[in-house]
Amino acid sequence: MPTFSFHLFLNFDLKIMNTTTNTFRSTDLNTDFEVRTENSECVNYSVLDKPLLSNLKFTAAGILFGIILVKSEVISWFRIQEMFRLQSFHMYGVIGSAIVVGIISIFIIKKFKIRSIDGEEIHFDQKKFNRGQVYGGLLFGFGWALTGACPGPLFALIGSGFTVIIVTLLSAIAGTWVYGYVRVKLPH
Amino acid sequence: MNFIDWIKQPWPWYVAGPLIGLMIPVLLIFGNKRFGVSSSLRHLCAACVPMKISFFKYDWKKEIWNLFFVGGILIGGMLTAFFLSNPNPVAIDPKLATELAGYGITNTEGLLPKELFNWENLLTIKGFILIVLGGFLVGFGTRYAGGCTSGHSIMGISNLQLPSLIATCCFMLGGFIVANIFIPLILKL
Repeated sequence: MPTFSFHLFLNFDLKIMNTTTNTFRSTDLNTDFEVRTENSECVNYSVLDKPLLSNLKFTAAGILFGIILVKSEVISWFRIQEMFRLQSFHMYGVIGSAIVVGIISIFIIKKFKIRSIDGEEIHFDQKKFNRGQVYGGLLFGFGWALTGACPGPLFALIGSGFTVIIVTLLSAIAGTWVYGYVRVKLPH
Repeated sequence: MNFIDWIKQPWPWYVAGPLIGLMIPVLLIFGNKRFGVSSSLRHLCAACVPMKISFFKYDWKKEIWNLFFVGGILIGGMLTAFFLSNPNPVAIDPKLATELAGYGITNTEGLLPKELFNWENLLTIKGFILIVLGGFLVGFGTRYAGGCTSGHSIMGISNLQLPSLIATCCFMLGGFIVANIFIPLILKL
């Protein structure tokens, strides 16, 4: 199953590398923007058609993020247990100070109408409350305490050589898939 | 102490936290992207096994930056393990260390307790709950909630979104319940 998925993924990858112009107009695509956004934190607002390799700058950002995650030990199961037992301030300090820097950054970007390096206007969306944030939030909290990792740290842990976490990642992908499958039946 | 030895020590929260916060403007300015990781799991589903599920029928290639980003996180973890890893065991709160020792967990050399997270343990009940069930809940819960620690707790709250604050409180509540009530029971298995 893992090899199969990655194989397919690589194929897709190559296909778009060949056709640099990203023209995707299949009629069976979900074009309902609401459905697409309401569950995705990082929906891409850029409308530019950029070559695939321009995404390498996000890999660079990811590398930096990965190094920070490991060096600050926020990917450690021990640190997560300490956080949930109120035995250490570390995790609260990390998340709290990240939010403070985030608030200031977003304030500056809004205030000075800073544009992206491609000259695009940066805009922010308003999230709508739905009950999924409560039920899903609790379920994720359960998983966070068990594995000691949220999605970002899963990737960093695998990179750091904890190979068994590959199983955790595949299980998380399966969890996401099952959510997509039962989504219409769940309360939101 | 030279620079490499200095940087190899665990980074304190007041260094790591602000650097993580800076990921927000970096991604916005690099390409109008919102900081978030858990969506990558959805894009992988959409790319590999969309079946006929409407939730996975979208142009995932438009979101491919997110897969480049998580690929980077993996490489970052690798680089750190090779060049910047901390030679000392993880410093653990004495209360937690005593409690864990009671369950036979004494190896704190790595970031994860090796007695729990290893391939041999995968097929034990304890290992299955921590490694497989835990992962499933992370994937299911983050998508149901619409984001994870990065997307809701950091990006969402930074953008002053009340739903993100609610989601974060629920993450914490869920974690408090499992870590304090269920983890002791699971470790006794």
